[in-house]
Amino acid sequence: MNRQRLSTWWFIGTLAFALLLMLVPLPGVLEPFKPYWPALFLLYWSLESEDRVSLGLAFGVGLVADLLNGVVLGEQALRLCALVFIALRFRSRLRFFPMWQQALAVLTLLLNDRVLLLIVRVLAGASLPPASWWIAPFVGAALWPFLFLLLDDLRARLRIQ
Amino acid sequence: MARARDESSPLFAGNAAGTLRLILYLALAMVLMVLDQRNGWLWRVRYAASAVIEPMYRLAGLPSAGIRTLTVAFADRQRLTGQNQRLREDLLLANAKLNRMAAVAEQNQRLKQLLDTQHSLDLNVQLARVIGVDLGAYRYRLTLDVGARDGVKPGQPVIDAHGVMGQVKDVLPTTSVVMLVTDPEHALPVVIERSGLRTIAYGSRDGDQLTLPNIPRAADVRVGDHLLTSGLGGRFPPGFPVGDVTAVTPSATGMFLVAQARPAADINRSEDVLLLHDQAEPDGPPALPTPVGPPRDLAPAPGTPSAMPARVVGTPAAGVPR
Repeated sequence: MNRQRLSTWWFIGTLAFALLLMLVPLPGVLEPFKPYWPALFLLYWSLESEDRVSLGLAFGVGLVADLLNGVVLGEQALRLCALVFIALRFRSRLRFFPMWQQALAVLTLLLNDRVLLLIVRVLAGASLPPASWWIAPFVGAALWPFLFLLLDDLRARLRIQ
Repeated sequence: MARARDESSPLFAGNAAGTLRLILYLALAMVLMVLDQRNGWLWRVRYAASAVIEPMYRLAGLPSAGIRTLTVAFADRQRLTGQNQRLREDLLLANAKLNRMAAVAEQNQRLKQLLDTQHSLDLNVQLARVIGVDLGAYRYRLTLDVGARDGVKPGQPVIDAHGVMGQVKDVLPTTSVVMLVTDPEHALPVVIERSGLRTIAYGSRDGDQLTLPNIPRAADVRVGDHLLTSGLGGRFPPGFPVGDVTAVTPSATGMFLVAQARPAADINRSEDVLLLHDQAEPDGPPALPTPVGPPRDLAPAPGTPSAMPARVVGTPAAGVPR
């Protein structure tokens, strides 16, 4: 019972931590390299414990992220919904990929996410972003194995599922 | 332990219900976006949720504040001494300039009194600290640690020691968001100091620059010209430095000159900024004076026949201006 509660708090804590990471500023040079943390953490959880992650949760996390970032309400909700939907649909296969293939899949998902964001922004009347805007998905995919192993390791240590 | 491949975990878990839910959520997100884009009530929601949002901002600002503290703590003595020396010199220079300025200011005050205006050179300002928060898409925004409770209102100009930084866009109870002059959506009426030419400085799409896209071809603009706020539009008071022209090129259509300018304010490095409190005059021309006629008791009594019409009719030179 207690362990159950601990694992729930751990789940919520990682998501809150992801939102916090999204808000932490980086020095100007590193700014375009910042991965989209909420997407990475949500991907991890949708691969590891599918019963907790649903489209509704992705929508909620997205709404909170929108509120925090001050972007148009619903933008990140839409992106995270699409991302989690694809991840859940191919979950069984993604889980048994070797790590490098998984990273490639994550890269595809993140690139897809950027395309979605681009569509939303352009429809809202923003200008095209600079080329450095496309770096972040690659950084996210490169960080994926480490994030995955780290979270898995922490989960094993805390003995929660 | 192999899981039974049943309905709950098929290898291709694509069922109509999931897709339907996705479509539902996507539609909901789009409706939200459209509504928000139209009405802009996101800020009301944000204001209501500020109890959650503001601690997150403070928390997210901690790393940058910590790094700042660490750099101060571990800065070597020599650099600090050098910095101290430089600051002393700056202070001396500034004081000397201030002394000279005091005389000019006094003169200005007297002249303004002669002109019977109420404006003074004193600035009514409020000091604010920048919280290091990354607002995602909006690299052109800053978060400040003062908000509605400190009397901040949307539209207040924000300056630093070197020039105009931007204006307050949104206000939460104890934080506020500043739109920088380099924001592509920001436009600022400026005047070129040397020639007095009035134009508009927009934020530029590619980073920390200002663009002045519509300068007449015949206008006299050179690299190095200083831009000041012109005070037109009533948002920014006149005479604050905005930036220096770095390049002047003909526009793509050849009908205008396009100038690029570097903002005068230290937009990326400022930690403390000033909020101006006395807003400039509201938009538009000054209100018309109430018409003042002769006192009412001088008006002719309604019963008595007036001499006025008779005189006007009777005078042959009534239409001739004097």
